[in-house]
Amino acid sequence: MTAKNPEYDFKWCPGCGDFGVRRALEFAMSDRITNKEIPMENNVVIAGIGCSGNLVHLLEGTQPYGFHGIHGRTLPIAMGVKMGQPDLNVVIVAGDGDFLSIGMEHIAPQAARNLDVTAVIMDNAVYGLTKGQSSPTTELGETTSSTPYGKLESALNPLDLYITLGVSFIASGFSSKPRDLAKLITAGMEHPGFAIVHVQSPCTTYNDNYEELKGNPKKGIQPLLWDIPEDHDPSDYTAAYKAVHSGGWPLGIIYRNTDRPTLNQQVEETQAKVKVKTPQQLLDSYDI
Amino acid sequence: MCNNPNRITSERKLVDKRDLIVRFAGEGGQGVVTSAEGLAQAATQVGYHVQTFATFPSQILGGPTWTQTRVSTSHVLSAGDELDVLVAFNREAYDNHVSEVRKDGVVVYNSGDFQLEDDGKSFGMPIDDLAKSTGNTRAANMVVIGAIANLVNMPQKYLEQFVTQRFTRGRANDQEIIESNIKALSLGREQAASSGFSLGTLSAAKRPEGQQILIKGNDAICLGATAAGIDFYTGYPISPATTILVWMQRNLIGPGKFAYQVSSEIESITSILGAGFAGKKVMTATAGPGFSLMGEGLGLGWMAEIPLVVVDVQRGGPATGLPTKTEQSDLFACMHPAHGDVSLPVIAPGTVEECFYAAVQAFNWAERYQGPVILMSEMSLAERAQNIPKPDLSKLTVENRKVYQGSNGYMRYEASGVSPMPLPGRAGSYVANGSEHDPTGDTTHLPERHVQMTERRFNKLKLLEDGTYEGKNTQESIAVMPWGGSKGPAQEAYNLLTEQGVPIGWYYTMYLNPLPPKLLEELRQKELVLVPELNYQGQWASILRSHGVKAEAITQYTGLPFKVRDLTRRIKEIVKSSQKRMVGV
Repeated sequence: MTAKNPEYDFKWCPGCGDFGVRRALEFAMSDRITNKEIPMENNVVIAGIGCSGNLVHLLEGTQPYGFHGIHGRTLPIAMGVKMGQPDLNVVIVAGDGDFLSIGMEHIAPQAARNLDVTAVIMDNAVYGLTKGQSSPTTELGETTSSTPYGKLESALNPLDLYITLGVSFIASGFSSKPRDLAKLITAGMEHPGFAIVHVQSPCTTYNDNYEELKGNPKKGIQPLLWDIPEDHDPSDYTAAYKAVHSGGWPLGIIYRNTDRPTLNQQVEETQAKVKVKTPQQLLDSYDI
Repeated sequence: MCNNPNRITSERKLVDKRDLIVRFAGEGGQGVVTSAEGLAQAATQVGYHVQTFATFPSQILGGPTWTQTRVSTSHVLSAGDELDVLVAFNREAYDNHVSEVRKDGVVVYNSGDFQLEDDGKSFGMPIDDLAKSTGNTRAANMVVIGAIANLVNMPQKYLEQFVTQRFTRGRANDQEIIESNIKALSLGREQAASSGFSLGTLSAAKRPEGQQILIKGNDAICLGATAAGIDFYTGYPISPATTILVWMQRNLIGPGKFAYQVSSEIESITSILGAGFAGKKVMTATAGPGFSLMGEGLGLGWMAEIPLVVVDVQRGGPATGLPTKTEQSDLFACMHPAHGDVSLPVIAPGTVEECFYAAVQAFNWAERYQGPVILMSEMSLAERAQNIPKPDLSKLTVENRKVYQGSNGYMRYEASGVSPMPLPGRAGSYVANGSEHDPTGDTTHLPERHVQMTERRFNKLKLLEDGTYEGKNTQESIAVMPWGGSKGPAQEAYNLLTEQGVPIGWYYTMYLNPLPPKLLEELRQKELVLVPELNYQGQWASILRSHGVKAEAITQYTGLPFKVRDLTRRIKEIVKSSQKRMVGV
């Protein structure tokens, strides 16, 4: 909205990974509109707090609905939207601090419910907007403004967490490849159930790890990113588990389980079994 | 059994034959609750008015429990102070409650559990053995009810009618159960008859005009919400609000409806924010600890302008406090649950009947001003069963938010007051934003925008100044003004005091924020406004003083409701001393 709204003055730093994630989401949403012939207003973007959450204001072109709420609560807000209006396409955009630290408690229940939403998580392993504190994905021993003598906690492996909690669709992407990332987001949106697309989206100011991610043969740095081979079967839980424990960051669809019903489907099935009472009938049951 | 001359010679009389107060005390699981509710159901069936009170220990089985049922020929305001009958299921119950039995009252105790020396007012019966002899061990409460009925000469046919109706459930063993329960009633009757005790005759019931329902406060809130068109409920188990969650899970079902137990109160508030944003009529219910967790979400609802209702069924606080006792100590928290410049509308019903209408109005207010509304109840109302006139659903006013119907490019937050709300799925996309925002919903930090949007949010509260209130003897310079569940005992005290000629006025409203402006004007004219309330700080009195009202609290913080006699005495003392003070001036 920057182009048409000069009052909105938030900017990402030059080179921020979130630019690429924004492009990817724009691609995925506009592809969806074209392919499914449904209006952009059918999309709702639920944003967390932090640099990444500002994505909801920076989207260009036709605008989806947005909800820029409070820190850590994207998932339950998304649950309200999706269970209130099941026909909407609900997408979450949040960072590693919002989603994996303060918002951690909401991942397990949504995974258990198989809530049909897609979370696009921008992981830069740092709290950027508050100027460089450690996050759950910051490496052990790393020095940040809040860990001046080194981080005392080991880094969380988010992909391992998702697979353990039973998230039914898990993909891993990189912000510098927006076209590839768009495909992963599209696959997440099409997946019936809880989808997480976890994106390496570096912070050029506080944690510029582009070189580590991509590698640098001249310096002898091996890339952390590697492409999941084409013969990987995402429905194979053991293979998926292996992929997330092979070191570095796999790129592609890691796990996809389409056997589980979504929460919306379960609600529909339950409702079909239960006899519905009108307000008057409910009131009448208290007659003396 | 009848060898005590006291029992036979002194025909114990009901002080007031229009009114019977019975307390059931014992251990959880002994039939304390089912006896009280059974008596209430039986009495309302034949046209009496009733009110119950219950207090539980915070454990699943056992622990000291007591309940009280007041049966009357006219509308009941409080559960009553002095007991006509105490039913003591164990020795501890007898020891703890016998002092509250009035001079001519009677104690029925469970002689299967303990024995008493003859104290001239007690008789024992082996409650469980008698029940067992009917072949139905679950009929213990009917043994007790039979004995009570005999003490006040309640005709047997009333009770048989009740039992037949209650246990006709279309099951194969209905008849068997009905017969064993009727037998239990008779056995209880015989025990009371042979004890020689009598409390006279409870006057015959005068059936109230119009259809009545027997209902508890929490159920009345659920029905009110349903009548107002609730679509979406999420909640988390917490005493004393759990029964609302359970009710909604069972009944809020069908096309477009959704009820769900989520993983915390943070999920409750944020999921209803999402559904409210998506156009649904939404509610959650909780108690103090859960309410504290909802603070940030309530601020978001105010900021992003999302209609929703949060019920706070108060218990004793702070922290875990007294989970199963009653208190009115969340008022400060409900008025200002969130950080920043926020003032949330608060409706606090004072009776079971008001619980229903307050829920309807809470939804209407939320939809009208597009923001969160707090519905404050309390444990004593939540668990109180009372007969109330059956609401006529066809006469209710149900409001719905203004919905945006135009095309894209809408300035959602442009107007200086409430504006039509766009719904996802339709044209008019915007960002519902918890950060300060411009008219489109984009984040901004410009000083003039913060001024504009803050004023817009507060302006909307003016739409809610239609609250009604009660005023009696308004010419008096001293008035009593309770709030919430203290209404009943305060009203009974007020009635007694005015009968005694004490010059005092009465004000009451359930609309605590915003207060009806005309009521505030009247209150500001008073020399003194006395506020009976169940908290230490005198929270409502303090808020009234901040509004320029000369208010003084009468507080109690025992975890129990006011007794009418205490309230009467304390109001009288203050009125007397302030009269002296006024004359002195």
